[in-house]
Amino acid sequence: MKKNDSLWQRLCALDEVSWENPLDQQLTAATTDEPDSELRRRAPLEFAIAEAQHEEMRETLYTEEQLKVSTLHSWVGRKGKKWLDAAYRLTAILFCLVIVTFLMTTVVQLPPFGAVDNPTNNEVAQRYLEKGLEETGAVNMVAGMILDYRAFDTFGESTVLFVAACSVLLLLKLGEHSDDEPSPAMLEAEWDDRHHEPKNDAILQMAARILVPIILLFGMYVVLAGHLGPGGGFSGGAVMGAGLILYLNAFGFQKTGRFFTYKTFRWVTFLALMTYALLKSYSFFCGANHLESGIPLGTPGAILSSGLILPLNICVGMIVMCTMYAFYTLFRKGGM
Amino acid sequence: MPLIRNFPFFCIMLSMICGISSAMLPGKIARKVTVVLAAVVAALNTALLVHLMQAGESYHYLMGHFPAPWGNEIRIGPLEALLCVLFSIVLMFSALGGMYRLKRQVDPKKENTVCVMLDLVLAGTLSMLYTNDLFTGYVFIEIMTLASCALIMCRQNGRTMVSAMRYMIMSLLGSGMTLMAIMLTYTLTGHLLIENIREAVTALYVSGQYRAPLTVTIGLFFVGLGIKSALFPFHTWLADAYGYSTPAASATLSSIVSKAYILLLMKIFVRMIGMDVVRGLHLNDLLFVFGIIAMIMGSLSAMHSHDLRRMVAYSSVAQIGYIYAGMGMGIEAGLVAAVYHIMIHSAAKSSLFISSSELADVSSGSKRFSDLRGAGKRSPLAGVCFTISAMSLVGVPVLGGFISKLVFSEAAFQYGGIHMWVMLLALALSTLLNVLYLMKTVITLYRPARDGMEYTVEKPDTAGVCAMVGFVVLNVLLGVLSQPILTVIRTGLQLFA
Repeated sequence: MKKNDSLWQRLCALDEVSWENPLDQQLTAATTDEPDSELRRRAPLEFAIAEAQHEEMRETLYTEEQLKVSTLHSWVGRKGKKWLDAAYRLTAILFCLVIVTFLMTTVVQLPPFGAVDNPTNNEVAQRYLEKGLEETGAVNMVAGMILDYRAFDTFGESTVLFVAACSVLLLLKLGEHSDDEPSPAMLEAEWDDRHHEPKNDAILQMAARILVPIILLFGMYVVLAGHLGPGGGFSGGAVMGAGLILYLNAFGFQKTGRFFTYKTFRWVTFLALMTYALLKSYSFFCGANHLESGIPLGTPGAILSSGLILPLNICVGMIVMCTMYAFYTLFRKGGM
Repeated sequence: MPLIRNFPFFCIMLSMICGISSAMLPGKIARKVTVVLAAVVAALNTALLVHLMQAGESYHYLMGHFPAPWGNEIRIGPLEALLCVLFSIVLMFSALGGMYRLKRQVDPKKENTVCVMLDLVLAGTLSMLYTNDLFTGYVFIEIMTLASCALIMCRQNGRTMVSAMRYMIMSLLGSGMTLMAIMLTYTLTGHLLIENIREAVTALYVSGQYRAPLTVTIGLFFVGLGIKSALFPFHTWLADAYGYSTPAASATLSSIVSKAYILLLMKIFVRMIGMDVVRGLHLNDLLFVFGIIAMIMGSLSAMHSHDLRRMVAYSSVAQIGYIYAGMGMGIEAGLVAAVYHIMIHSAAKSSLFISSSELADVSSGSKRFSDLRGAGKRSPLAGVCFTISAMSLVGVPVLGGFISKLVFSEAAFQYGGIHMWVMLLALALSTLLNVLYLMKTVITLYRPARDGMEYTVEKPDTAGVCAMVGFVVLNVLLGVLSQPILTVIRTGLQLFA
């Protein structure tokens, strides 16, 4: 074993069986528990000395190694980690900058916003604007576009809300033991809620008493007049959801529970989505097979007009409202 | 229009309606609904496939009263029908095989929600395969993203929560990039309908206008959907997400969800932009290089893992690399190989996940290799199922993986040049690595169990037995029927482009 061997090599040589070194070889043979080991039998004293030397050498090497490892360890722990972190952050920042540059260059080279000869000003937009009223019966072009021309996409969007609500339910809903008895987790959440949320705040209740009916009414108006002017299910539903949340904050779960429970939420969402799916399935089927659907478009501008757009707006509004309310209650105490 | 041509529409609406109603049903019935739904979808699509192969054409189906650039539209050809058949069968067996564990791992009151997610994953896959409109594709990407997250976290423990979080972040990043790419496409072409975009993009390419934005758009599509389908450098979410969730979820995610994203990317590259343009901009080389790296790195990561489920998960990275490399060759033979490999991998990976959870069950629930010794003897059916699918992935003749490797090499020879050598070398190396880690596992399964270990072996549930038998049959059939399947894929791809 030479001095100039690296520490690691020497340690390896000791720990593994080093076949180049005859002494080691003999030692290994000797240290095994075979009773008729040649060396042990012939020269017990020499064997003992060799063994002791071996042990000593192993010990020194081990301490040396440990020292080195611990220095390395502490270096990695203190300075190395810092450097690594810094390098990581720097790379991340550079990477982001590169991406930002790329995207900015792209945006700069895009067709100018609002120019007349942009590719987006084509026959698609033209027909929506020129024939939209005649074909869908909706004064609000956007409603006609999302709920009649491209109603399948909007069905998908409503389902996205439904999936999101279901996922949050899966994640946060606290279950009961049996149907009547609340579980410990529910009791804890209830206590938490009592502790942190305001109860019977007079100012809030007064404000809510005045505001909630107005908000709900306005929400309904936005939903119901979605085909006549700006608005529709998505915006109106959000307004109604906000109204419900305000009511809940002012009067607490018990009073809200009189008209809106978990059961209501489930049924309303289910019925709204099913109505949308069935109505539109009928319309898609007729359209694809070139059949007359027999749904009257009515006089444009009247509240009962534009075919399926009104009921679909109501469905979307219901879904949006329920989803918003469900998100709020689930994040607040894991139930309704 | 004959009734049979309405089937794709029926399938989409049926799976959406089943998903929505499952939210109201008790878990037990919801599970049955999922299985029956998948079976019905498979049957309808089989009929459609036969019809389309006889007619030798693809067709458009209006979703509403308005023609395509204005209204929504779906488009169905033999390729889409074939893949729908396969995916619905795989979903059916995954749901069947995962049911027993779903009962134990998920809160019984929330079981129906998991079925909602499975149904909607099917709906999303069908719509993504059928859609002829970019925005419809995006809407269903959103549904799939949320549903997959819910599927990962439905087994509520710390690991699945963390992995669902990670999946969510990565997946949303991918969705965001895809959305950006869709917006750029719309700004540059003024269309969302795939055929119209193709025309506009070809015109743009020929005129040389907007060259840089066009390249960035294609790049964003690639990276966005690459993240979502776990292509190599973007795969960090994968091992945890597949490794710790319930087996039904891992099987569905690995074999259906990620494949749907790949097929959407293929649709975008082949039908929307056109392979000529992609080749002209040399972006197919990007796919090729990433695919080749993934083929090797995925297998290396798989070799490092000490956990059966994680190993199976990492092996997905390698297999997805094959698919991307096939697409990256940019010729028809490469695409055929990629599609065939999607089918093989989808069947084999889901059966590996289902059988490995069964194997872990008979080894006191441990997924470590040291505890899995002898598991193949304790649960013979799961052992056979695992072995057959592992052999299929490795590429043992008669099984699908062999044919797929053959098709890949044929494509490489057809392409020629440096690509050929790289592909062949990567194939050889990757096969070797596959053998090392998959066959090592198979041998472990049949080694004598460790001394002094006592295992309680329950009788496997009927649904699980059905699923595993089904998987074995499916894997063997995909290999045995490779020629007819390849014919359908070739015809389908010709009609697809």
